[in-house]
Amino acid sequence: MSFSLKSTMESVSEVEAAADKLAEEAGLDEDERFRLAMAVREAAVNAVLHGNEYDPRKQISVSLENTGASLVISIADQGKGLDPKTLPDPLAPENLLRGTGRGIFLIRSFMDEVHFRQLHPGTELTLIKHLAPAEGKT
Amino acid sequence: MALTIASREVDGVTVLDLSGRITLGEGSVQLRDAIRDLISKGSKNNLLNLGDVNYIDSSGLGELVSAYTTSKNQGASLKLLKLTKKVHDLLQLTKLYTVFDIYDDEASAIASYK
Repeated sequence: MSFSLKSTMESVSEVEAAADKLAEEAGLDEDERFRLAMAVREAAVNAVLHGNEYDPRKQISVSLENTGASLVISIADQGKGLDPKTLPDPLAPENLLRGTGRGIFLIRSFMDEVHFRQLHPGTELTLIKHLAPAEGKT
Repeated sequence: MALTIASREVDGVTVLDLSGRITLGEGSVQLRDAIRDLISKGSKNNLLNLGDVNYIDSSGLGELVSAYTTSKNQGASLKLLKLTKKVHDLLQLTKLYTVFDIYDDEASAIASYK
């Protein structure tokens, strides 16, 4: 399923609901559904807020797929781009009391794989949740 | 569900009973306003009851941290009460569990201010 949405908080809720439905239909338990839906919500917030900066001329592109082996969710914005290497570590003592900067950390914590792709302009995040244990994953 | 906040006084402590979600656009602003209101009224001993908060996103976590630092900077104390499992797990994951004073029962939380 693929669709494009306006850069609004309503779109974030729509993407979150779609991810939760995907997870439910894939048979994930409640905790896994929660984690996946939250990761997708955080990615959508990043796209709408930090990527497109609520610009009504820009959209977010979303795709959700159950490949049988994995749930694959991609969210792309049309913003100025995000370099994940520049993100501060929210667990570092000097960053613990920051009011922002935990979204990507939560996404990485809750998903099996997270990929960033620069679109020039924009950033695409691909979030992957394996439905069977990945080889070598502990 | 949007966030609702009810305020009550217990032995000199202002308890805010929060219910719903604390997320960007669905509770962060209400929480921020509630804390500012307490600070402006000179309330020094404040307790957030999160027993009915079952969802916090990164924005909500940031708002909790901001509430904590704002309170501290103004000479007030902000503690947390009754975390749901999901919120508890998030605070542990983000190491914020080490930042806040957190209580499971209200009597102990109230007593901690004395």
